[in-house]
Amino acid sequence: MATRLRLLDDAAWVSVNDERAVGTSEVWPVADSFCSCALAWLVVEAYVDVGADGRQVEARAHGHCVSCGEAGTTAWLPVGRVTDDGFSDVTGVRRSRQGSPASACCGEP
Amino acid sequence: MPTDVERWKDEIYGNDIREHLFRFAEEGWDAIPDDEHDEWFERFKWWGLYHQRKGQESYFMMRIGTPNGVLEPGQLRTVAEVADEFARGPVDNPEFGAAYCDWTTRQSIQLHWIKLEDVPDIFEKLEANGLTTQQACGDSWRNIVGCPVAGKDTHEHVDAWPVAEELHETFKGNDEHSNLPRKWKVSVTGCDQGCGQGDINDLAFEPAEKHGEIGFNVRIGGGLARKEPRFARDVDIWVPEEKATDVAAAATRLFDDHGDREDRYNARIKYLVDEWGAEKVRRVLQEDYTDWDLESAGDDLRDQYTYNAGGDEHGDHVGVHEQPDGNYYVGLNVLVGRQGVDDVFELADLADEYGSGEVRLTQRQNVIVTDVPEDDLDDFLAEDLLEDYSPDPHPFMRGSIACTGTEYCSLSIVETKNRQVRYARWLKQNVDVPEGVTDFHIHLSGCTASCAQPQIADVSLRGMKTRKDGDPVEALDVGLGGGLGENPQFADWVEMRVPADEVPGYIQNLLAVYEDQRRDGETFREFIARHDEADLQGLAEPEETSYEDPYMHNTKMTWYPYADEDDMDASPAPTDGDGETISADD
Repeated sequence: MATRLRLLDDAAWVSVNDERAVGTSEVWPVADSFCSCALAWLVVEAYVDVGADGRQVEARAHGHCVSCGEAGTTAWLPVGRVTDDGFSDVTGVRRSRQGSPASACCGEP
Repeated sequence: MPTDVERWKDEIYGNDIREHLFRFAEEGWDAIPDDEHDEWFERFKWWGLYHQRKGQESYFMMRIGTPNGVLEPGQLRTVAEVADEFARGPVDNPEFGAAYCDWTTRQSIQLHWIKLEDVPDIFEKLEANGLTTQQACGDSWRNIVGCPVAGKDTHEHVDAWPVAEELHETFKGNDEHSNLPRKWKVSVTGCDQGCGQGDINDLAFEPAEKHGEIGFNVRIGGGLARKEPRFARDVDIWVPEEKATDVAAAATRLFDDHGDREDRYNARIKYLVDEWGAEKVRRVLQEDYTDWDLESAGDDLRDQYTYNAGGDEHGDHVGVHEQPDGNYYVGLNVLVGRQGVDDVFELADLADEYGSGEVRLTQRQNVIVTDVPEDDLDDFLAEDLLEDYSPDPHPFMRGSIACTGTEYCSLSIVETKNRQVRYARWLKQNVDVPEGVTDFHIHLSGCTASCAQPQIADVSLRGMKTRKDGDPVEALDVGLGGGLGENPQFADWVEMRVPADEVPGYIQNLLAVYEDQRRDGETFREFIARHDEADLQGLAEPEETSYEDPYMHNTKMTWYPYADEDDMDASPAPTDGDGETISADD
């Protein structure tokens, strides 16, 4: 069965199968070239896109690094995984993969 | 490609939602199909119901729209009774108790912990008393705001209340205008002080004179949300009072046809005005949406506006003021706009006893008791309730405004109301008010939606996160120098990501700098305006003080930030109509 993905609440939440699954206001360690910091600490202010690659749910987030202040939109980053028991979110350092998820969903406030 | 929301709205929207809402209420929360939650919660907004945030599933915020903030005699008691009976959650708020009412910056009322199963009973009670939640939210004509003392103000040039009332009656429940590309916020100002805050609304009527007749100039495209604040643009149109509804209908149809339904982030009319310019908006309105010749703008009163203008101002409606009929209205300060339900009942009693029973809500989250005879003023002012809701409050208590925050709202990044209460109390106890300052506004909004209208405050606070001692903590961006008046100004954001427990120290330091460096007679807003952006960024330093903040952790990831066990896993939600947890196995 297809996973329903959309952005809710003025893009403050990623909705996975009609449940708010991943919200803004988290501070993520991001190990990509989001800014000049070796490890960006990204405060997520809004989601821009959400998509899925198999069971992995990925999103592009808008925010800024709390260490250096650089603002922008991330590459596709994993935010969680759909399992047989529901959704489990990603913890720890985030890294982007090359390319976009197979099925992207348009943003939806 | 149409967005999901537009697709859902095409299927069922507006008045038609009600029968489904009542069906779900009858059958219970579980009757909403799991794969239709997002679409029904989006639709329910049109009837004033916002699904509360993660961890509070099955509970709703209910917004009651009161046009121009007018609660007619008896209506405040009805609101209190609804709050008392239906707006009680699993855990008390440590500052406000078990049931309370929120007065909002758009002169509406918000109640929390509403269960779907109770909605028909609530609607029946509200509607029997002339109140409604219809179009309080959603993509529609929202609650019409304006001078809260319209019709009872000695500064009035035209009584804005009949205009607001006619707009309300014309556009509420009107199927022709029920499905707009996005929200549509309208303001009507009738006084020479500018207290309708037209500048920050999608459509604004402001008093202006032409041919010796007082009518309204029209402005379009204001709003504060999404880090894209705009003042409403002058579209060079004047209408007499009897044409206000016609031009409002024309502007609404223009928005309906040309607002961006492909991208909800670009849908508010402020973006269309950006794209077209005011001149084209006027031309299209004239050519495609009106069958009479639009008149060019008349002489406005903006050079007289004192409301939130930063000087010797009319900053709110708090205090004792004479009405044209010789009676008085008394504006009472409600700290962060939240009032415990017992106090609301008492306020309704006092309004009956001393006034006409009418109570009005302001855009500064305060309440006004109207029609108090002069002979009864002293007795009214001596009532115990006015010790907590003062007509002469301390400046820091008077100026504290806060949105809902992470207590209930999905959008907010930080806790707001209880934090702002603690800020106000600490500032009152620890910070000297600069000489001559009677009204100092600190507005705290949990996110960029800007429900606390931070950009038009002396000190603007906006929810953010940062890291402190290696841990993520709640923080605030700080802006300075916003306000309205003849020359409205949005705040400059000068200090970013200040840990929330260092904000009171920042304000203390900032006011000390102001006291020390201001020129003779210079207001705070003038003082800020005199400095360039670089100077403002170094004007004062954030600092830890004796202020203690119990909400530094990620309150958004709690199920309720004031619960003893606040982990998401401890949430009792979702619950059934009796408030009993619905097991995942059910």
